[in-house]
Order: sequence, then structure tokens, then C-alpha cells
Amino acid sequence: MTGAKALIQALEKEGVDVVFGLPGGANLPIYDALVDANFRHILVRHEQAAAHMADGYARIKRKAGVCFATSGPGATNLITGIATAYADSSPILAVTGQVPLAMIGKDAFQETDIIGVANPCTKYSFQPRSAAEIPEMIKKAVYIAESGRPGPVLVDIPKDVQQATVDMKFPELIKVRGYNPNVEADLSEMVRAVELLLNAERPIIMAGGGVILSGAFSELQALAELVKIPVVSTFKGKGAFPENHPLAMGPIGMHGHAEANKIILEADCIVAVGARFSDRSVGKFDEFGKGMSIIHMDIDPAEIGKNKSVDVALVGDVKSSLRTLVKMLSKKMIKKDSDNPWLKRRKELIQYYAETLKDYPREITARKSLKKLRELLPANAIVTTEVGQCQMWASLHFDVITPGTFFSSTGLGTMGFGFPASIGAKAARPNVPVVDIAGDGSFNMTENSLAVSVLDKLPVIVFLMNNYMLGMVAQWQRTFYNRRYSGVHQHNCPDYVKIADAYGAQGIRAESMHELEKAIKAALKSDVATVIDIPIDPEEDVYPFVAPGTGLKDMITGA
Amino acid sequence: MFATTVQKESWHIVSALVENKPGVLFRVTNLFRARSFNIESITVGSTEQQDLSRMTITTNSDEKTLDQLVKQLRKLIDVIEVKVLDTDKTVYRELSLIKIRAVDPTTRSEIVNYATIFRGNILDIGKETITVEITGTPDKIDAFKNLVELYGIAQLSRTGVSALPRGGVES
Repeated sequence: MTGAKALIQALEKEGVDVVFGLPGGANLPIYDALVDANFRHILVRHEQAAAHMADGYARIKRKAGVCFATSGPGATNLITGIATAYADSSPILAVTGQVPLAMIGKDAFQETDIIGVANPCTKYSFQPRSAAEIPEMIKKAVYIAESGRPGPVLVDIPKDVQQATVDMKFPELIKVRGYNPNVEADLSEMVRAVELLLNAERPIIMAGGGVILSGAFSELQALAELVKIPVVSTFKGKGAFPENHPLAMGPIGMHGHAEANKIILEADCIVAVGARFSDRSVGKFDEFGKGMSIIHMDIDPAEIGKNKSVDVALVGDVKSSLRTLVKMLSKKMIKKDSDNPWLKRRKELIQYYAETLKDYPREITARKSLKKLRELLPANAIVTTEVGQCQMWASLHFDVITPGTFFSSTGLGTMGFGFPASIGAKAARPNVPVVDIAGDGSFNMTENSLAVSVLDKLPVIVFLMNNYMLGMVAQWQRTFYNRRYSGVHQHNCPDYVKIADAYGAQGIRAESMHELEKAIKAALKSDVATVIDIPIDPEEDVYPFVAPGTGLKDMITGA
Repeated sequence: MFATTVQKESWHIVSALVENKPGVLFRVTNLFRARSFNIESITVGSTEQQDLSRMTITTNSDEKTLDQLVKQLRKLIDVIEVKVLDTDKTVYRELSLIKIRAVDPTTRSEIVNYATIFRGNILDIGKETITVEITGTPDKIDAFKNLVELYGIAQLSRTGVSALPRGGVES
């Protein structure tokens, strides 16, 4: 069997059902073997999209998404997608072709040291030097990508290794000596967590992306409901907890919900579940959590104390830690009054900001559009976003009801992520509507994935809030650079309805709320991708806003 | 409290057992660069186990940075084990080669005398230089270096620290 064939079989054995990729000189043997594969191949128009699609697939399936690219530029085009997956701990397996072994280091045509390039943004990487190594490497690669704190793994296969014919052994069991992802939280730390929570008067849960990665939705809800704790989330943790739940407060952070940013500063005990205290979530590290006790649950021991010193560390899968914590707490918990002062405070803050924060004065606004989208989408619809104002508006105005149905490029903030990622998500769950909440600047970067969406029958909805502006940059230039606009105008180009049309997708312009409602309904019925072009005033800003380098207490709630 | 906020820097020896295969040193040093960890020296060599190498890293870091350095090292798949060695319970040595300018006979005999006191070896004597090997703790090498600096150091090469815990059989 050839190395290429072994790769395909190894992937089949791992249960891979779809691969996103693009062929080239150095992965021709892989593409030849792919003809006989029992899984689907989706041809992208740019390798970056392949990585984002694999990522979107992985976030919904909660198993490794696979992408293929050739050597050199094919491989480097994957890098943005790999770095995006790394920043958001998403398990993707990238398989790249490489020049033949004898050519490595000779600056051959389309040669790049992709292992070196990808090192800072991969969890691990492999380069088989003989074909016989491939089956075990693939098994290890998938295991490493999916287990512990997930992340991207790269397998770079020289062309002659793909072509070599050897007897293959496919191992059933593998062991990676220096890698022990299955840790259980320390019991004495658990006891201290219970004590802190029992004695806290104003406890709060900060749900991070780890809850979603671990699928610990019901466990999180059990903890919140048992102790009656308000639940805020990080942006990555958005949708870890149903945002219409009577304890939910929404995301904190730079563009967090005002009530969430406010209440977390009033808490006396924070339970951070699968969160990493990023600067975008907590503002100034030193200021955040001052005078409060912090219980930190995370599967990655290196996150403990990285950005924030904490009082109790529960290192392990948050699903298992939450389960133990709930079990231990339920024995000691005295029933708390549901209208205790702390929960009253929650209601008060929500009500205050609902009355105070005014929408932008225009018939069609981001807030109104997104509320309408929520109203018309089924609860289990999958929603992702591009990056910039559209993303932050989504965070503020689109409530996630079914846990785990929302994701975004939260760590790396990759413009152009949402659309290909939504196609990957659609491949993972074809029977639910998938929406990319987009801005024009981001959508423009990867809009050629419309071809993939149409040809591979993965109809997604691009909810394009279009101000023909790099809107978030423009907002910062308005706020911090005295309205000196620089490099932000798109000058009404291109016409997105025509773009959709050119690819055989459906383009609808919605210039009123009535037209928007009709467009969303038409998109939900469509069997091709729909781009809904919604004109947004270029002066509409995202509020609230916590300026970079300041703390949550410095939140600005409006212009 | 985890990761104390004491910001005082001090000298540490970190010992890591790693897979003996290509690319491991690259992953480790790339990690240090990417996370801005300041490394004073790093040595890599074979161990009693054929498939493992030992890396000895010395660093001037505060406790919080050291804590992160160790945790981030442990996270690397190719790193099997990481320990911060207690310098009081550790034997550690560094080897240095120092080529000193020495033309006149008085200087030459002085250098030879100093080398003897420091239990060094004279490795080479040329027309204008003497090359001395000094092995010991980094402090001792610094002391010798400071002593002969006035003659002029033509070239100097240090290996970095190699270390093992005292007694016992723990790895």
C-alpha cells in the first residue's frame, strides 16, 4: 500500500466523513488516493477557507476537522486558519504535501518549512520520513488534536513518502509518552472551592469556551441553579449557558453586556469555568477580580496563574470538575431564596440598562436586525460571525438559546473566518439553518467560498450588515483619532447582490425591517446560499465599549 | 495562592527530560522566544536512556515567570518531565574555555598560577595566548574570568550548566 493510500485509510478508520482541501504538485498522490476514499472531499477556492471550514466543522461536531493543502503556498495559506484554531482551542488536522525528502532544505520549488512556520500555532506536528509511519502518526495526530485542551495538529508528508509502497500496520492503541491530558481536579482544592462558594454572598459564574469544548452545558446549568448564581460568559463562552435563562447575564468584556460588566465587579467570588482571563474579557489583569476570591477551572494547567492569580485551581475537564463540585455542594447547600438581594441586583441591572441604552436612531439598525434574526431562527440554528462590529453586535444583540450553537473567531479575531466556518458547520450539521453574521469588510475576504456553498450544496445564510466600511477600525478612528479616517472606506463596492448572483447563490437587499423579515424567511427556505445585504449606517457604533488598556469599571455606554 | 505576585528575580536551574528526536530543541527554544522567557543558558545531551535527552536550562526569573516557564514546557508533547532543581540539593557544573592574552613571561606565569588555584587546566599555549579550561559552578567561572580580564580575554566559550539532583535515584 502507498503512503497516500495509508493516509486515506487511517482517516477512514478515525471516522472522518469530510475533508476540505485543494490539490497541488506535492499532494497529487494524496488526491489520487482520495478518488477511492469513502468520505467526502470539498474543494475550496483558497486554502485559508479549508482550514476555517475544518474549524467550523470541528466546533460543531466536537471532533477533529480535516483539511488538505499542497506544499509551499498551499501550506502557508492554511496558516491563518491554523492560528485561528489554535487561539480558540479547536481540533483541526491539517495534512500538507511536502517536497520529496531529498529536496528538503534545497529551496526546492514550492518548498516551505511548514513545520517551522506552523510551530507557534500548532499543538503538535509530524513529518513522516517513511510511509510506514503514516498510520500511527495520523492516529496520534487525531488523538492529540481532540484530547485535553484541543488544538490544531499538522502532518506534513513529503511527496516520495506518499508514493512509497510498504506493508502497513494500523495500530489499535497508541501512547504518547509526554502527553497526559486526562487529569482530575485535586480533591482538597475541590473542598476549598465548596467552602468559598458556601460562604460567598455575591458569587458569579464566568463561563468560558472550555464549557463548550467540554460539552458541559447541563453540568454548568446544574451548578448555576443549585447555588442560584448569575452566569456571565466570556465572548468565547457565549452560548455555554442559555442566554434566555433567568440567571443569564451575557458576555462580559470590551463589548460585553453592560449589566454583565457591572455585576462581575460587584461579585465577591468568581467561578471561572474553562476561561483564560483574556485581555478582551477582563480588561486590565491587575484590576480585575481585586478583593474577590477566584475559583479557576481549566483543563490546561498552564492557564492557572498565567494572566490572573487565583485562590482555588481545579485542573481537569470542566465537565467532570463541575459534576464533582455540584455533588459536593448539594450535600451542604442550604436552599437559597430566589429573590435574595444578589439576584435582585441582577434584575435591577438588566432593567436599568434596558431602559438606558438607546438604539441608534434609524429604521434599520444592527440591534433591530439581529433581534429580528433571532425571532425568526429556530432555537437550534447555528450561528457564527465574522470579525469587527458585526461580531460585537452579534455578541450584544443575538441571544443564544441552545447551548453550543454559537461560535466565532474570538481569540485571533480573524476577518474572513465566519463564512467558510459556517460552511464547515453546515457540513457537520446539514439539517439545521446555519447563519454567518457578517460585515462587508470580513465577508469580502473569503466570499469566493460562495462557489463551495453552492456547488457542494451547503446552503448557509450570510447576514451581511453592510456599512461599506471597515467599521470597527472606523469606530476607533472616530473615538481615538479625532475622526481622521484612514483606510476604512469601501466606496459602495462591490454589489453583494450581484456577487451572490454571479456564484449562483441568492442575493437579497433588505432596506427596511419589513424587507428584512421577508429576506430571512426566503433564506430559510432556500436551497442555495443566501446573502442578505442589509445597509447599516456607517456612523453606527458598538456600545458599550471598554477602551483597550482600561478596566471594566471604565465602560463607556454610549456616545 | 497560585502564582505568587512576588516579582523578585532569582537564578534557577530547570531540568527537563525530553524525547531524543529531531526538532525538540527547536520547539523548546521557540516556546521561550514566543513567550519572552529569558534564558541564560541551555544545554542538551544524552542520558542513561537512549531515547531521552536532558535539557538543563538556567534562567533569572521571578516566581511567576518561572511557574509559567515550567508549565508551558510541560505542555510540550515532546517534554516528558520538568523539574526546578533546588540548588542546595543539586550538583551542577559548567565548563568554560578561556583564551587569555599573554605575551610577557610574568603574565604567563601569573595566569598559570591562577589556573592552578582554580583547579583549571592549561589546554594550549601559543605565542600570544594561553587557553585555560575551568570547570565549576557559574560563579567560579565568573570569578576566574574577572581575575584574568585585566590581561585581556581574546576568546571565551562557556557550555552552560549541566545538573543532577544529589543522591537518590530520582530522574
